[in-house]
Amino acid sequence: MAEIIQEEKVKGGKKKAKKHAPHIDMTPMVDLMCLLITFFMLTTAFSKAKIMEIVLPEKIKDPNQKAPVIAASRTLNIILGPDNKLFWYPATVKEEDYNNLPPVMETDFSAAGIRQMLLERNRTLARKIADFNNQVISGKIVISQDSLLSAIRKLKNDDDTGPIVLIKAYKKANYGNFVDILDEMNICGIARYTFVDIAWYEEKMVETAIGSSPPASTSTN
Amino acid sequence: MPKIKLPTKSPHIDMTPMVDLFSVVLTFLMLTTTMRQPEPATVDTPFSISEKPTPDFNTMTFLLSNDDRVFINFDNGPDTLLKYRPKILTLMGTRYGVEFTPAELREFEKYPSSLGVPILKMKEFLATKDSKGRDAFQIGIPLDSTDNQLSLWILYARQVNPNIQACLKGDSKTGFSTVKKVLDILQEKNVNRFNLITSLEATKINLEEIQQQ
Repeated sequence: MAEIIQEEKVKGGKKKAKKHAPHIDMTPMVDLMCLLITFFMLTTAFSKAKIMEIVLPEKIKDPNQKAPVIAASRTLNIILGPDNKLFWYPATVKEEDYNNLPPVMETDFSAAGIRQMLLERNRTLARKIADFNNQVISGKIVISQDSLLSAIRKLKNDDDTGPIVLIKAYKKANYGNFVDILDEMNICGIARYTFVDIAWYEEKMVETAIGSSPPASTSTN
Repeated sequence: MPKIKLPTKSPHIDMTPMVDLFSVVLTFLMLTTTMRQPEPATVDTPFSISEKPTPDFNTMTFLLSNDDRVFINFDNGPDTLLKYRPKILTLMGTRYGVEFTPAELREFEKYPSSLGVPILKMKEFLATKDSKGRDAFQIGIPLDSTDNQLSLWILYARQVNPNIQACLKGDSKTGFSTVKKVLDILQEKNVNRFNLITSLEATKINLEEIQQQ
């Protein structure tokens, strides 16, 4: 502590000043510091924003190049609809069948909705990933964070039973839905998914589903 | 026996340790704090389970507000030393026949936030000093096919800094048509990898549920 040395009045010879450390009142200082700390704590952004990576398929610029063909049995189409609705249908629809379009199923972003649907289809892979994660957590496998990620990536690459998910957006969808569905892919450990443009007949399918959804969502034909 | 009278003295608390502790906390907070720059539009990012932190440099961030305006920001990390921002603006200016003075370039380099100013209004924007006047210029970067300035910003940004990555920061309410437009423009410029900026939200899937079925 700083000690202020008082000048001693020796010359007068009357009295010797008492030598004691004067007590500095620190209350205002503490008050000020409290304020500053509160201010900094509120303004500091401790949690940095996170990012989610997505790689979109390259645009086909060469007209002779054809889009890659994927097995219809494994294809699962998810369409982001208006008002946070989700529509999905399995396999592929050919453009020629436009007057006999299959019905689309309606679901939502809840755990019982899209997540269960995806997990059902992706059961084998999801279980493999979950088992692997469990073994790491319980200490049966000792592995570094980086190789953990690459091991999971390898599991995903080796998988050949899970669905290939094509995500499409109806025009009235919003960005939050887009992120949510990509997030759902990560949660369910879907190995292959991508985002593609919606086809006109798929828009039609959604419109019929919305139009006919109050009585029954399946009576489209 | 006479009672012992304790002298009534106001108890003096020694606040020195408290002050010491406060100083330490204060210093720590002051050093670690990164001031959040106010964005021209408030954006509520959607949630995801992703735990990857945002890169600090080599990014161009597209801010998509929920009123369908698009803003662009080139990072303010180490590129302030490499002076990417003024270079990009110079290229952009040459394309539109606008010449920027060194003072204007410096002003552009210092501007801490996202930009949504059409290039022809940029000079006026940089000359305006108060933030309210500046906000009036932030009408979003034009991106329709007749005047696709966004695509040129991307082109020059990638020319100046080939390592630049695209980050998308959108409001959860942003209409998908705007997002689609931006994605299309990026894909035209052969950018196929995007980082979507989200906030962390932990979700667990029910393991038993998978195993039962």
